[in-house]
Amino acid sequence: MSIGWYLTVSAIIFAIGAAGVMTKRNALVILLCLELMLNAGNLALVAFSRMWGNIDGQIFAMVVLVVAACEVTVGLGLIVALHRRDLPVDADELSEMRG
Amino acid sequence: MSVQTYGWLVLAFPLAGTILLGLLRPVLSGRKAGYIGTLAILLSFLSGLGALNKLQSQPEESRQVVSSLWTYAKTAGLDAQLSILIDPLSIFMILIVAGVSTLIHLYSTAYLASDEGYVRFFAYLNFFVFSMLTLVLAGNLILLIVGWGLVGAASYLLISFWYRRNTATKAGIKAFVINVVGDVGLVLGSILILQQVGSVDLLTIFHKAPEVFHSNDTTLVVGCLLLMVGAFAKSAQIPFHTWLPDAMEGPTPVSALIHAATMVTAGVYLIARMHPLFQLAPTAQNVGAIVGAVTLIVAATIGLVVTDLKRVIAYSTMSQIGYMIMAVSAGVYGAGLFHLMTHAFFKALLFMAAGSVIGAMAGEQSLNKMGGFRKVMPITYGCFIVGGLALSGIPPFSGFFSKDDILYGMASLGGWHWILYVAGYVGALMTAVYTFRMIFRAFHGEQCEEAQSLANGRLFHAAEHRNPGDGTLEDTGVGYPGAKHHIAESSPAMAIAMGTLAVLATVAGVIQLPHITDTLDKFLEPTFSDSPAFMKAIDYKLLVIGMIIGAIVGLSGIALAWYIWIKKPGTSAKIQARFSGLHRLFSNKWYFDEIINAIIVRPFAAAGRFFQGTVERVAIDGGITAGSVSIARVSSAAVRSWQSGMLRAYAAAVVVGTSLLVLYFFLNS
Repeated sequence: MSIGWYLTVSAIIFAIGAAGVMTKRNALVILLCLELMLNAGNLALVAFSRMWGNIDGQIFAMVVLVVAACEVTVGLGLIVALHRRDLPVDADELSEMRG
Repeated sequence: MSVQTYGWLVLAFPLAGTILLGLLRPVLSGRKAGYIGTLAILLSFLSGLGALNKLQSQPEESRQVVSSLWTYAKTAGLDAQLSILIDPLSIFMILIVAGVSTLIHLYSTAYLASDEGYVRFFAYLNFFVFSMLTLVLAGNLILLIVGWGLVGAASYLLISFWYRRNTATKAGIKAFVINVVGDVGLVLGSILILQQVGSVDLLTIFHKAPEVFHSNDTTLVVGCLLLMVGAFAKSAQIPFHTWLPDAMEGPTPVSALIHAATMVTAGVYLIARMHPLFQLAPTAQNVGAIVGAVTLIVAATIGLVVTDLKRVIAYSTMSQIGYMIMAVSAGVYGAGLFHLMTHAFFKALLFMAAGSVIGAMAGEQSLNKMGGFRKVMPITYGCFIVGGLALSGIPPFSGFFSKDDILYGMASLGGWHWILYVAGYVGALMTAVYTFRMIFRAFHGEQCEEAQSLANGRLFHAAEHRNPGDGTLEDTGVGYPGAKHHIAESSPAMAIAMGTLAVLATVAGVIQLPHITDTLDKFLEPTFSDSPAFMKAIDYKLLVIGMIIGAIVGLSGIALAWYIWIKKPGTSAKIQARFSGLHRLFSNKWYFDEIINAIIVRPFAAAGRFFQGTVERVAIDGGITAGSVSIARVSSAAVRSWQSGMLRAYAAAVVVGTSLLVLYFFLNS
């Protein structure tokens, strides 16, 4: 299979994730969409790695996984903290930081 | 073990005690903390004895031992070591400090037994002893300043020990602030000496001083006067004395240890320690001698009229330190230090006995409310009599020999020192009067309610405890006078401590009988070998006449007190009415507090308020702070609206921006 197919799938997933981040208001769903974007990137990395016959891309994908895991930990922690304080888990309503 | 090892052990035990008590505070219960604290100081005292033993076995020339643990800082022109100097003077001070401290720790184990802050008290007390020993062992000016500052801090902590007592916290602050004034003097004086001599090490300074300075060099006089500011503030000499009477807000053992026996004599020690410098600055010596003489007279006059039991003893302390400062400033080192030692014994004894009376009075300290404790508290009465006779200088009690030694020294200097000699005897007369006024009023006469209660076999407990200072209701939850309290006689620990001191106050004079024993002078000689006035030939006629006058003055003072307060009880009121102006002056403490308030405290407070109103509010708040805020606000007005707080908008901006960048590179490639 040519590299093009892999990249197409990766691009579609990335676009779905980006669209989700921009349109969804639920913080939990935004986190899920972020994961989609990260993993789309991973898919492209692994595909390129295969294309060049070089392991570096796969190692990099692993690093991205670790970063993603950390990010989810922090993100979910924030969401749980919001929930405990009876605050809305809604990205639009959490806009105190406006200038 | 070597002398050096013993020297470091002297410091190590109290420090270990402090840390141990501080860490174990939550788990220690009962009297354990007191025993740990007492043991730490006792071990320190024994190490001091060990050092004494080792030092005496060495030849006289090599009895000044320096030991350095590590280097603080070594740069061009400065070599600061963590070094201690062990010589007869520092050993002498160690033995007094650690010895008296051991007894007072022992006394406190019982005296503060019902206090909520029991462990805290012993941690502080150990810390104080550590600081004081650092001060007396310091081998260079830097460590000396460190010790000097630490004893001030310890004094603050202990004066404010009952921290919910408003008057106590205020007294602590006052003591600390005045002591810091002295610290500044000491630091400036040290810097001046370092600048001129080029060393901070004490022995180096002493060796170099005669080469660097000629006699009465202006720089050296200024340096010595600055050191004296430190000494006066610590030793409560005029005009830095006002903190000492207020410091009586602390627990009585603290008054006995810090504000009578040890810390307040640090100024005397400093002048004695720095004697090679002072001997090159006779002007500074004269200033010190005059200030000491003035202090001893002024403090004695106030002692005549004060009605608070502890404050009478406090003014007496001030007065006695006046004698010592006068002596060491004039160069009569042996006598000054001898009086320092005997005073430590009999004054600590008087304070302990006063603590016993205050215990029986359930915290009340006014002499006006006391009376007739003689029969019901025989041991305390005995201690008061012994301490009082020693203080009044009645032979053969210790105070007689030390005080007459000082006055003999004054007389042998001749010239205008005869004025100081006379002042000393005037002071001695007043000392005898106020000491026995205190004893007669507290122990003789009609039995007060508390004494009657004690006679019926139970200790008086007040229904509600009021601050003896200002009459406000006290929070007994933080300490003594609590619901359960003791008097000295009922507790073996207190009786042992008082008994030991009573014996010492009686017989300590024998170690320095002029020309008969002279033990102290011989012992201290290696330190003061360069002093011309030290161990001169004795003029027997002068000495004997002085002793006879001393004994007569002391006895007539007691007789006068007996006549005024026992024989004809109304006399006191008549004298007050006759000399009402003088009485007002004395009972207002010569208006020193008011004068200091008027010329220092109020101008500073007014300046502070003024600068708060102008510099702080207008220039800093209005100009610098508000100005920079408005600059940021105006310059950011254009971009602020982009910061919408909408997470999704930010995400969209990132996506669109990245897409545009990618598009740009595509089109360009």
